Amino acid sequence: MSENKNDQLPLWEVFIQKSNGAPIKHAGSIHASDKEMALQNARDIYTRRNEGRLLWLVPSNAIVATVIEDEADFFDPADDKIYRHPSFYEVPDGVTNI
Amino acid sequence: MNNKENLYQFLLRCSDDNLIAGQRMAEWCSNGPILEEDLAMVNISLDLLGQSESFLDYAATLDTMGKNADDLAFGRSEREYFNHLLVEQPNGDFAVSMVKLLFFSAYQKELYTALMSSKDERIAAICAKAVKEARYHYRHASDWFERLALGTDESLRRLNDAIVELWPFTENFFEMDNAYQALQAENIVPEMADIRKKWLSNIQEVFRNGEVDLPGDVHMYSGGINGYHTEHLGHLLCEMQYLHHAHPGAQW
Repeated sequence: MSENKNDQLPLWEVFIQKSNGAPIKHAGSIHASDKEMALQNARDIYTRRNEGRLLWLVPSNAIVATVIEDEADFFDPADDKIYRHPSFYEVPDGVTNI
Repeated sequence: MNNKENLYQFLLRCSDDNLIAGQRMAEWCSNGPILEEDLAMVNISLDLLGQSESFLDYAATLDTMGKNADDLAFGRSEREYFNHLLVEQPNGDFAVSMVKLLFFSAYQKELYTALMSSKDERIAAICAKAVKEARYHYRHASDWFERLALGTDESLRRLNDAIVELWPFTENFFEMDNAYQALQAENIVPEMADIRKKWLSNIQEVFRNGEVDLPGDVHMYSGGINGYHTEHLGHLLCEMQYLHHAHPGAQW
């Protein structure tokens, strides 16, 4: 986290859980110099309007990501594998979040 | 004074502390050190304005002239404001503002916690809600205290200057006048000596974490709650009340 090209504090990715049991979703990013500041900055910027009940903060440079050049090799092979979708099952009424 | 007047007086004191502290904090809007902190300070400011409104709404129900919360916020002059002296002090640099918030939020946190068992149910309800905000403000300010204390030579120097400047205003929070004592006798407000003790133990811990010494005995300022203020409040009110004076009763 020491490779700042400008005078910005290190970057962190913000993940929010909206309600109990819901998935924890990426919401955006913030700058902070330590973990506690990261939590508070995320709280102040992303949860002021009741957006969540749990926050995860991850240093952006701790995230391993694919790059655009990988896209074809990584993801195109999944294009024609329709049988991998569990779309042949009947989903009972009342089951949501699938 | 009868008890209704004492209660009215105390509600104004609580609301004025919040309103003036909130107005001061709002002066940081667009001037924060980084975008995230700018937003954090504006959030704190809005929390304080909301708390002020809760107390003013209650005070308005006791007002003998039928004034509403807006009249009370924007229609009173300096001598009719009863906030403590610390909150009206200028923002100075970021260290001054954070030390000010630390001293104030520690006081509010302990006062509200005690007031949650007030015999006055409406005060207890307001404080049960407000204490969560005060605890968060305290957390924010004490973290910054530590960062500045353990940061660079300059941040420590600025922090020490802020402590020297603001410490003499802290004893003021624990003054008890006749109106307060009358309410205390009714179990509506807590003994201030207890609040002071808890406040000091919070502050001692924060100073210890930052490896900063508590100031020694210095002259302590008194006033505010009697309507006598430092020269800074009048200027703040001029700005805060300008729009209401220029367009009385304006709504949007």
